[in-house]
Amino acid sequence: MSKAPAPEAPTELPPVKRRNAELVLIIFAIAITMAGIAIAGLNISGEIPSAMWTVGLTFAAMAAAAHVAMRFVAPYADPLILPCTLFLNGIGVAMIWRVSAGEAENAESAGAGSQLMWTAIGLAVCFLIIIFLKDPRVLQRYTYISGLVAIFLLALPIIPGLGQEVYGARLWINIPGLGTMQPSEFAKIALVIFLASYLMNKRQVLQIVGKPIKVGRFTLIELPRARDLAPILVGWVLAIGILVLLRDLGTSLLLFGTFLAMLYVATQRSSWVTIGLAMFAVGAFTAYLLFWHVKARVNIWFNAFDQEVYYAVGGSQQLVEGLVGMAYGGLFGTGLGAGELYSTFAADSDLILATLGEELGLTGLLAVLMVLGLLVERGMRVALAVTGSFNKLLASGVAFLLAYQVFIVLGGLTRVIPLTGSTTPFMAAGGSALVASWIMMGILLRISDNARRPAPQAIQDEGATQVIRR
Amino acid sequence: MNTPIRRLSIFAFLLILILMGNVTWLQGFQAEAIRDDPLNTRQYSERLSEARGPIQIAGENVAYSEDISGEDGQPRYQRMYEGGPLYTPIVGSFRAYGASGIERTENALLNGTDDRLAVRNFRDIITGREPEGAQVQLTLNPEVQQAAYEGFEQLNGKNGAAVALDPETGAILGAVSYPSYDANDVVSIDDIEAATQNYTELENNPDKPLLNRALHEYYPPGSTFKVVTAAAAIEYLGATPETTQEAPDVMDLGGELPNATPGQTCNGGEPDTLAHSIQISCNTSMANWALDIGGENLSEQATAFGFNREEGDLNVPIPVLPSNAPVETDRNILARAGIGQSNVQATPLQMAMVAAGVANGGEVMKPYSVDTVRDSDLSVITQTSPETYSQAVSASTAQDLKEMMTLVTQPGGSGPNAAIPGMEVAGKTGTAETGPDSPTHNWFIGFAPADDPQIAVAVVVEFGDVSGGELAAPIGREMMEAVVLE
Repeated sequence: MSKAPAPEAPTELPPVKRRNAELVLIIFAIAITMAGIAIAGLNISGEIPSAMWTVGLTFAAMAAAAHVAMRFVAPYADPLILPCTLFLNGIGVAMIWRVSAGEAENAESAGAGSQLMWTAIGLAVCFLIIIFLKDPRVLQRYTYISGLVAIFLLALPIIPGLGQEVYGARLWINIPGLGTMQPSEFAKIALVIFLASYLMNKRQVLQIVGKPIKVGRFTLIELPRARDLAPILVGWVLAIGILVLLRDLGTSLLLFGTFLAMLYVATQRSSWVTIGLAMFAVGAFTAYLLFWHVKARVNIWFNAFDQEVYYAVGGSQQLVEGLVGMAYGGLFGTGLGAGELYSTFAADSDLILATLGEELGLTGLLAVLMVLGLLVERGMRVALAVTGSFNKLLASGVAFLLAYQVFIVLGGLTRVIPLTGSTTPFMAAGGSALVASWIMMGILLRISDNARRPAPQAIQDEGATQVIRR
Repeated sequence: MNTPIRRLSIFAFLLILILMGNVTWLQGFQAEAIRDDPLNTRQYSERLSEARGPIQIAGENVAYSEDISGEDGQPRYQRMYEGGPLYTPIVGSFRAYGASGIERTENALLNGTDDRLAVRNFRDIITGREPEGAQVQLTLNPEVQQAAYEGFEQLNGKNGAAVALDPETGAILGAVSYPSYDANDVVSIDDIEAATQNYTELENNPDKPLLNRALHEYYPPGSTFKVVTAAAAIEYLGATPETTQEAPDVMDLGGELPNATPGQTCNGGEPDTLAHSIQISCNTSMANWALDIGGENLSEQATAFGFNREEGDLNVPIPVLPSNAPVETDRNILARAGIGQSNVQATPLQMAMVAAGVANGGEVMKPYSVDTVRDSDLSVITQTSPETYSQAVSASTAQDLKEMMTLVTQPGGSGPNAAIPGMEVAGKTGTAETGPDSPTHNWFIGFAPADDPQIAVAVVVEFGDVSGGELAAPIGREMMEAVVLE
């Protein structure tokens, strides 16, 4: 080698903010949202609906406000996260408006008002976090409190009178006067915070090499000490408990998977993941043998196109409706507003990605997946760029949660895994999920801004001479 | 901590990639299969607003869409059927929540979404013409169909089925299942509730009018299966019509097997010739033949006629239930298999294929019911050309079988009721046991004219409780006469 490696970029240069690029991308997101509503209106009633302006401009105003706020409160934050999120949120609003217009058979009386309201609330909460959570590391103080909050939120729907069983899963609580909410959406954020601070404290202990089990010269797996198994055991009990008590396979998969991912990031030991997966497999299989609702889910997964499974109560009808819709979409889709969504149940919430696949086709679905993938990878970049274990764990945990949630929803719809009732981040109709997703983005944007903000310059550089001159 | 984060981010993107790959597979490659799945309820309800092509028999529409669009200009089409219950087993019905028969199997052609219509559809889009489905023309002969249906009507409440084939081509000339139903009762789109209620009543009717007995039900074929046994005796053992076989009056097969012939005897207890055994339908000699032939050869001979196929092997294009004649190793069961009892199960179509195979010099033609599919401007899209399904026996064996079967309809045979004046008719009767103290199923298979076969038939009367020659043979004759007496 004749050449020395290139020197590190000098740290004195200010980081590129690229807020103008963000603005251009946000304008795209707004334009796509408004165009979506316009096309859907044209297909449903033959004219451009007034909602293109009412809904579209309300959304545009919120997006613009978010962009301006970014310039003031988090100027160094990643410039792609907000446009990606707004794009997904905007497509979701357009789809929800379209489903509502299709049901009303009248484009003018359709509304996406509630989704817009929740978008506003979500954005507000997101920026409250960016503004007031100056340093996310303060959350470390509340390690066990956030853990307890997570369990409390998960357990809320079990409380009789408060919890509601909707389509076989106890996920919802009914607060008189305020409507319903889905506390598990917030529980997962509390859990990520708990895991980030707990694992930051305990990672050294968990990293200690245990007993290696060898075959010849090769180490098969390094077993940790029995007493270090406690946390993973608790996580496992929780996951199986959710599966059995709440009958919610989606949340169970989501929380345990995120737990394993963060455990791996903290310890860099794949043996934890192996042990965790094995435990979950054993637990899930036992649950499959013991509980009819788990068995029913698996049966629907494998035999969706079986007549008996289809016509059974709680059978595969919803799954098949979604798949049929996607099949009608084909490569390019029927066009927004031209699909037959009335034959799909929950077209704007749990099945919104199937709806998207029907009306925008494979092309549209791949585009949305690309944006979701981009958002996830930007989150991972934040985790790489920031210093400090807690920040890294929190950012990578949030980013992984996002990717994993999309996998569980769409994987369920397309029979990669059993269908669960999870929500698609930013897109599905529903306040809890939307606000929770925006909270995660708030955390990511704050960490990102902190990571890229140039360090304050030392006082000695210029201040000292000025004092003397006075 | 950056290494595991990098690995996690690769894993996260892998998850997205898996989704992308799977969605591509689903929407790019599986889409058509999913759209055609019977559980896709959209394919029926969505087509209410489109003109569906007609189904025709002998140039007449038997199923067609009538324009009932209201004043509001919303296009609506009501499916209408001709012939009452006559053609329903084959034509089927097109309901809001499902379809059956040709309406189901040829759905893509009838509603115009089939790939073979893509060019025409494209042209219609350009020229602004209202797209229309294709015409499906069936092979059924209305007179044969009518003769069989009326034959069952005169039996006063006995159920059954009849199939008629053109032995030379395999074209289905008749397929009757009794009782049937009028498809108009279950397809109204103005009164869906009544249509659904009528359908539910049909579903719960103990006589199963929704069941197409001709293709989807099997019965023990009884003595009609002796044609297969005789074929195996000639093919595998080199027997001739004159070869004799032990024909005791009673055989011990873990239970007594008597003869059902006049006087309970075939040849006074003496060995009987193969030809005479077929003519009078001797049980004991044919059971002995089965023992000599062996389970494997007998089953193989049945397979050559079309038995023992995989589900989905034969679609006409309505899927046909496969018939069974498994390899028997137990002596008593094998002997009873030789006379079409024990584990032998055959659909009426299968037995018609046996008759047609013998009629066509041993060559079984693949049965089909869709003759031609035409565009709305009458240009041909598909035309079924006859295909060989299997070579069941050699031409000389077929000739021997034909001669023996001709004896059946002559004086002294078991099926003189199938005789048509002025020509020789080949036939074989069957009276199948359905269990102790349970009435028998009555069968007839045959073809006419014996020297130049134009039609082969199979008739089964469920629980007729007399002989096949008495109940089933007259229906077979009426069907054959509809073709040969023209």
